[in-house]
Amino acid sequence: MEAAASTEARVADDRVDYRTDPSHYKHWRLAFDGEVATLTLDIDEDGGIRPGYKLKLNSYDLGVDIELHDALQRIRFEHPEVRSVVFTSGKPKIFCSGANIYMLGLSSHAWKVNFCKFTNETRNGIEDASQNSGLKFIAACNGTTAGGGYELALACDEIVLVDDRNSSVSLPEVPLLGVLPGTGGLTRVTDKRKVRRDHADIFCTISEGVRGKRAVEWKLVDDVVRAQKFDEHIRDRAAALAAGSDRPAGARGVALTPLQRSTDEAGYHYTYVDATIDADKRTVTLTVKSPAAVSATTPDEMLAQGANWWPLQMARELDDAILNLRTNHLDIGLWLLRTEGDARVVLDSDATLVAHQDHWFVRETIGMLRRTLSRIDVSSRSLYALIEPGSCFAGTLLELALAGDRSYMLDDENGSNRIALSAMNTGMLPMVNGLSRIASRFYDDPAPTQAAYAAVGEPLSPEQAMALGLVTEIPDELDWADEVRIAQEERAALSPDALTGLEANLRFGIFETMNTRIFGRLSAWQNWIFIRPNAVGESGALKLFGSGRKPQFDWNRV
Amino acid sequence: MAINYSERIPNNVDLSTNRTLQRALENWQPAFLDWWGEMGPDGSTDYDVYLRTAVSVDPAGWAHFEHVKMPDYRWGIFLTPPEQDRKVNFGDHKGENAWQEVPGEYRSTLRRIIVTQGDTEPASVEQQRHLGLTCPSLYDLRNLFQVNVEEGRHLWAMVYLLHAHFGRDGREEGEALLERRSGDEDNPRILTAFNEKTPDWLSFFMFTFFTDRDGKYQLASLAESAFDPLSRTCKFMLTEEAHHLFVGESGVGRAIQRTCEVMKELKTDDPAKLRAAGVIDLPTLQRYVNFHFSVTSDLYGAEISSNAATYYTTGLKGRFEETKIDDDHKLGNAEYEVMDVAGDRILTRHVAALTALNERLRDDWVTDVQAGVDRWNRIPGKYGIDFKIVLPHKGFNRKIGMFADVHVSPDGRMVSEAEWTHQHKHWLPTEEDRLFVHSLMGRCIEPGKFANWIAPPSRGINNQPANFEYVRFN
Ligand SMILES: [Fe+2]
Ligand SMILES: [Fe+2]
Repeated sequence: MEAAASTEARVADDRVDYRTDPSHYKHWRLAFDGEVATLTLDIDEDGGIRPGYKLKLNSYDLGVDIELHDALQRIRFEHPEVRSVVFTSGKPKIFCSGANIYMLGLSSHAWKVNFCKFTNETRNGIEDASQNSGLKFIAACNGTTAGGGYELALACDEIVLVDDRNSSVSLPEVPLLGVLPGTGGLTRVTDKRKVRRDHADIFCTISEGVRGKRAVEWKLVDDVVRAQKFDEHIRDRAAALAAGSDRPAGARGVALTPLQRSTDEAGYHYTYVDATIDADKRTVTLTVKSPAAVSATTPDEMLAQGANWWPLQMARELDDAILNLRTNHLDIGLWLLRTEGDARVVLDSDATLVAHQDHWFVRETIGMLRRTLSRIDVSSRSLYALIEPGSCFAGTLLELALAGDRSYMLDDENGSNRIALSAMNTGMLPMVNGLSRIASRFYDDPAPTQAAYAAVGEPLSPEQAMALGLVTEIPDELDWADEVRIAQEERAALSPDALTGLEANLRFGIFETMNTRIFGRLSAWQNWIFIRPNAVGESGALKLFGSGRKPQFDWNRV
Repeated sequence: MAINYSERIPNNVDLSTNRTLQRALENWQPAFLDWWGEMGPDGSTDYDVYLRTAVSVDPAGWAHFEHVKMPDYRWGIFLTPPEQDRKVNFGDHKGENAWQEVPGEYRSTLRRIIVTQGDTEPASVEQQRHLGLTCPSLYDLRNLFQVNVEEGRHLWAMVYLLHAHFGRDGREEGEALLERRSGDEDNPRILTAFNEKTPDWLSFFMFTFFTDRDGKYQLASLAESAFDPLSRTCKFMLTEEAHHLFVGESGVGRAIQRTCEVMKELKTDDPAKLRAAGVIDLPTLQRYVNFHFSVTSDLYGAEISSNAATYYTTGLKGRFEETKIDDDHKLGNAEYEVMDVAGDRILTRHVAALTALNERLRDDWVTDVQAGVDRWNRIPGKYGIDFKIVLPHKGFNRKIGMFADVHVSPDGRMVSEAEWTHQHKHWLPTEEDRLFVHSLMGRCIEPGKFANWIAPPSRGINNQPANFEYVRFN
């Protein structure tokens, strides 16, 4: 036990841990007042998740966002009575100045990209909650709102800026840092706020930003309110937004008890999820298990099980495993997605989700599943699903195979290997492009999509799955081992950069939404700029920020 | 289904317990027999041929001779027995354990190497399928058939690798090997030389001397491969290849011998008189040598090749007798001399040895070819005739590599387009030469008899007497 404990400590030391709870927050205060929750950003400037920089002026790093992600989860699950959420600042004259520039300057490219991705997912989560959970968000910008601070505000339903003759909203990334407002900012300014393109052009190229009446005229904020009236206005707006919510009154929340996990050199091990890493092959086998039986069929039973209710516990474990693999294991480039258990139980479990989808707890759990699966879609890792006898790629868990870049289904001799669809596969767990994975797979062509949907409920043999286009290959027992081994080895030998680009291009098909544009177009441009000398070279803008020296650009347009 | 594998298909790969292979062969074996029926030796189905069949890998398993009908020939699957703890002997993986499985990273490259080698085997059978109608003797007819069935077995050997190690892709490639046809416009064999005709027996002997020898060098460098099953397969194929080289060398040698006999008898070296006497004059033989040497040279590819370098560094294909070479077997900084063309001059320059591996293998082949030519050249002397076959310059009549766009004479001069047009009839077989050789190709199938243009061999196969009935036509 001693040895195990010390390994755990050592392993955990240099890895990022996404588990936290409000008693451990360094940067946020989470307060509840009836149907309104307030998230106050008051960043501990010495509380960076990595050494070497101070989080001045309410600027954030990954640690701040891990807390925000946790806080949102707690509002969703532990506080069903909350209907609107206010974001504000605990620091004078500054709401939030965005991502910490010194942190970005010190970070590796991979760290920056992973940080931005997680931040994006959290921002998307805010909008997802607004759209699906009946939670409305107000950015109470009680001071300067710059860069990532404004991007956080953009994720909210309403932005209110204090009128103190000084505070502005701004996206100064281009003029100050030589990079883009890449955490959704540029896209939300146009797609969500509908700021006219010439106004956006000006707004994104002036470091001082826009305030006052013009900020409202250009649709950058919804209201500008004098300091004395600010709190009252926010209270009114929070109440007004809460009035339109369908969150339940008087419901008891579900405590998100600490996630139980054992960590060792081989990976991350949970009750229903296991991630076992093969460092030599640079692969991880990510296994999701079904429960032995459906143990809750009514909302009361589900609530009684709380965080131990299988769909929620499995989703939380999977989410944590994904985040760990993404952040702490950059070279593990191929994820092998597997399932273990009873497909019938998964289908029955799905039936209870569908039956009670309007209950707040079920709705939140489905949302958690949806966001977790979306994380897989946007992970820059190759994904192969391996469907073998004893697996349970059914309904919700079939989404794992559908998320894969490829799926291999064993055509076994005694014919026991099966996959199955449930109603969960027909639109309840959409991708960030707004389509079900099946519809997206077929580019929303109604014929193959409806043919697959028509198979809901019946177990599908490898031939049937192949005929419906739901799996990639169905090797038989004689071919299986070699096919699967070689496919993995081949993948592991390809350029990781080219694969990241390839997979991102193929996964989302042909339909764009604001979110696909954020994860695709905006991220790709930003990641390109992040490796260019004009940003990160010795005289690049990002490198020199704060040094007093002027960046030296290579003026050639590329 | 009820194939008795070890009886029907002699093997040392545990075929009777390997279901993957059995399943693959259940489809492939009938397809192979169909191909043999369609593209194998013309009209030979009912012949009883005195063939050697490999029934095991030990030396005794080699001397198994009997009359068999070729469709009943027991094409087997043999690999040289494994070497304990064999290591990779060259390249980046040097010192690691040899691979018993295909590494996924190299799957497609290895598959291409195996398919390219495998494609030459049925190709030559197709090229030679009409020769039986003009055989100079039963002895030669039997040798042709022996070469043909062994090329068939070489195809089996390569298909075995595809079936055993490349899954469904391998099975599809195995089928495609039976679908391509030498000389077919729509679906030709992979390498150009294997789409040429083998129109007469002189060409056949030249082909087995020069082109099967290319096969020997390709197999020898694949026998060094880190992929152990390929290495062991190729090693065993080399034992059969030796016989093909013997057929070629002795066949040309016997033609030289017969010509020299007639030259001495008639006391002339006048090609016209010799042709009138029904033998192939020595200058014509030289032109055939020039042709086959240069066309086969091209099979090694360009002098400078990054593919060859990659094959080497990744351990897929070594050098000839790699382990006997005294160097670091990595070739990080080593250099190798290659010829190059600069304006109107041919010069040599040093390049990275890694990129010159094609040229090195070609040079090894040239050395071996020269040794065979030296043996031929002893024959005229025995008859008091002063004549030597001379191999042409490496740049002569090349279509691939440095010399592809220039003209080089057999003695190594750069020549103009005009001179080439004027002279090449002295250097390469003319239409007239070919028609003449063709005119000699009468069928001679009386036991113990030989066509006029070729001398009998000094010994029979398996020490059989001169009038042995090697082939019974039924
Ligand atoms: Fe051969
Ligand atoms: Fe041969």
